[in-house]
Amino acid sequence: MDPKIQIKHLDFYYSKKLVLKNVSMHMKERQITSMIGPSGCGKSTLLRSLNRMNDIIPDVSLNGDILLDGEDINAPEVDVVELRKRVGMVFQQPNPFPKTVFENIAFGPRVLGVKDKGRLNEIVERSLRAAAIWEEVKDDLAKSGLALSGGQQQRLCIARALAIEPEVILMDEPCSALDPVSTLKIEELMVELKKNYTIVIVTHNMQQAARISDWTSFFLLGEMIEYAETSELFSRPQDKRTEDYITGRFG
Amino acid sequence: MSAKTEQRVAKVFIWGGGAITVTILIGIVLYVLIQGLPVINIEFLTTPPQGGLTGEGGISTAIVGTLYLLGITLAILVVPGIGAGIYLAEYARDNRLTRAVRYAVEVLAGVPSIVFGLFGFALFVTALHFNFSILSGALTLVCLLLPTLIRTTEESIRAVPRSYREASLAMGASKWQTIVRVVLPAALPGIMTGVILCAGRIVEETACLYVTMGGSSGMPTSLLSPGRTLSLHLYYLVSDTRAFDKAMATGAVLIVIIIIVNALTNWLSHRFVVKMRGGK
Amino acid sequence: MIRHVVIDRTAKTVVIICASVSFVVLGAIFFFTFREGLPGVQEIGLANFLFGTQWRPGQELFGILPMTVGSLLVTFGSMALAIPIGIACAILLAEVAPYRVTRMIRPAVEVLVGIPSVVYGLVGLLVIVPRVREIGGSGFSILAASLVLMAMVLPTVISITEDSLRAVPKGYKEAALALGSTHWQAIWKVMIPAARNGIVAAIILGMGRAVGETMAMIMVIGNSVIIPTSPLSQARTLTGNIAVEIMYAAGTHRSALFATGVVLFLIILVLNSVAVYALRKGVKTSGVS
Repeated sequence: MDPKIQIKHLDFYYSKKLVLKNVSMHMKERQITSMIGPSGCGKSTLLRSLNRMNDIIPDVSLNGDILLDGEDINAPEVDVVELRKRVGMVFQQPNPFPKTVFENIAFGPRVLGVKDKGRLNEIVERSLRAAAIWEEVKDDLAKSGLALSGGQQQRLCIARALAIEPEVILMDEPCSALDPVSTLKIEELMVELKKNYTIVIVTHNMQQAARISDWTSFFLLGEMIEYAETSELFSRPQDKRTEDYITGRFG
Repeated sequence: MSAKTEQRVAKVFIWGGGAITVTILIGIVLYVLIQGLPVINIEFLTTPPQGGLTGEGGISTAIVGTLYLLGITLAILVVPGIGAGIYLAEYARDNRLTRAVRYAVEVLAGVPSIVFGLFGFALFVTALHFNFSILSGALTLVCLLLPTLIRTTEESIRAVPRSYREASLAMGASKWQTIVRVVLPAALPGIMTGVILCAGRIVEETACLYVTMGGSSGMPTSLLSPGRTLSLHLYYLVSDTRAFDKAMATGAVLIVIIIIVNALTNWLSHRFVVKMRGGK
Repeated sequence: MIRHVVIDRTAKTVVIICASVSFVVLGAIFFFTFREGLPGVQEIGLANFLFGTQWRPGQELFGILPMTVGSLLVTFGSMALAIPIGIACAILLAEVAPYRVTRMIRPAVEVLVGIPSVVYGLVGLLVIVPRVREIGGSGFSILAASLVLMAMVLPTVISITEDSLRAVPKGYKEAALALGSTHWQAIWKVMIPAARNGIVAAIILGMGRAVGETMAMIMVIGNSVIIPTSPLSQARTLTGNIAVEIMYAAGTHRSALFATGVVLFLIILVLNSVAVYALRKGVKTSGVS
């Protein structure tokens, strides 16, 4: 079976500056693929290419293919708005809207055209449960999303992304702004979620990648150095640079 | 003079500057309020002025005229003003259109009120045959207020954090959906502040209305009726009559309105900041 | 679902149309004022118009020099007072006053901005004019007008200067203090020069407001068409000239008034461009004297 996402010989340019060089990898369906490596080496750029969020930045260009279910997402006839309904994203800094918890989750479905109150209630509860935050907010859904703690806000954002039932969830260092307890909760959540969703995460935290991901790729200065099943990459890295990074000699 | 002495002298001047400013303000406000408030009663607010040279009567037609003008002007102003603000904040690229818009806003902001009055007189009163009327006054005011509303709208929209837009787009909302459902609601207090600021200026504006609204002291009955605003009425009282007490009373009404408008915009701005920071 | 594409495109078009209203309005103002004003100037002759010392519509004499002088004098008069007071107050708000005091003074400045010009004129008429009369003349004078205008221009000078001072990087002040200067020396020798561009902008924008003021002026300046020879003289401003005569003017007279409007427009345009340029240059980051 085809991998869910395939990246073939991707070059990515900010203005004329080459930020990603000849990246080829794939993400398997319903697995967690993580991207690790020192800061500034293009991991986030690659992640954002998968749902074409880089489109909103002026003066970017790319060569190569990104395929979702075998189809090129950058083809001219592709509707980027539709793409983003299939490939959701959770950001590094939790960014709930300045609205109630309910309205935050209901936002996606409303945009999709759902108007029926009953259905919205259903979707909101389902998403909040799936994000393991239902118990904490169910008594006051009218509370402002911004009034939650950092960890709760991030789970709210995950629930919000789940509400539109994407196929893929992209996470850009989702725990880096959170405390260890919240981080652990979210890691548990991700392992739960992979039963139904394909997950791609960028992380600075090697141990996190080792703990939860099925496949890991190591990036350095815009190039993907190595890509393997997580247990393989961490115990028997093929490339010396990977080994140096994992053992903490740099980064 | 030693440095310390120099500093002491300087501080005297600095505090003096502040004292003078506050004195001027308090002086003007108190003077008008003390002389004007006693003259205000229900009768004053509900009887029309008699016109002519006596200055007898009240300010009812001026109040109605002001409200009428306020309503029409804001109704016409908000769409182009807020629309242009949205354009500058969300759609503008560095091209000729944007530069033309920004240049126009900058220049219009500096044009004196009387020149807008001349323009309104030439175009609305004369060429379009609206004559001296509320409509002419309103259209002239719309031109005068455009830069203000455009600027405050643009600023309010730019103040909305980028992360909200990203979150919305990443969920598959289109650009316009993002603007309408996320950005504008978040920017609303700021935009409303801009609208209220414009309302305040409509109430205080005189010069451009002097030459477009006509001086009629009668009750305006339609858009094409001539009329007066409170500010205009004050001027006519001073120039045509010797009823300075009524003028003071009108001035007092105006000052009370200004204080309320200021308090309202301050409160709204405060709420805007609070909303951005987390509704706590 | 291409519906959202259609909506997005329509929205963008609507928004662009709204934005275009701004330069359409500007163009219209240019067009109409020039169209009305040009014939008159052509008939009078540009030099006669700008430099003629007599303005007598009845005798077809349309020289605006007396009004130009009147406007200039009140502008300078008001700025001469507003600049020192305004800068002092701005320094107070930005650097010297404790927060509690600032919190009271700043709303006061904001209210000053909102007071209608006719109220300033009224107070000027009833309070300042009689007192000037005690010194000499009729009371309606350049002096009275300058004092009234100063009060109107003060908030502009204060708020822009204060913003400029606050924009000066803290590092400059701290460096000066660390070198042993007093607070005042740090302000006067470092912060003010660094904020120079903003202060210039404040002054020029204040001048722009002064030149453009109409109603308060016609209430206290006397509106006599003479070249004022002393602060106690009556006078007339360019703005006042327009306001007082436009309602009943016709033909060349009316055209001349429109031409006066064009002159005002151009003066403000120049002033504003200089101010915007100065504001854009921002805080001086090199060559602080």
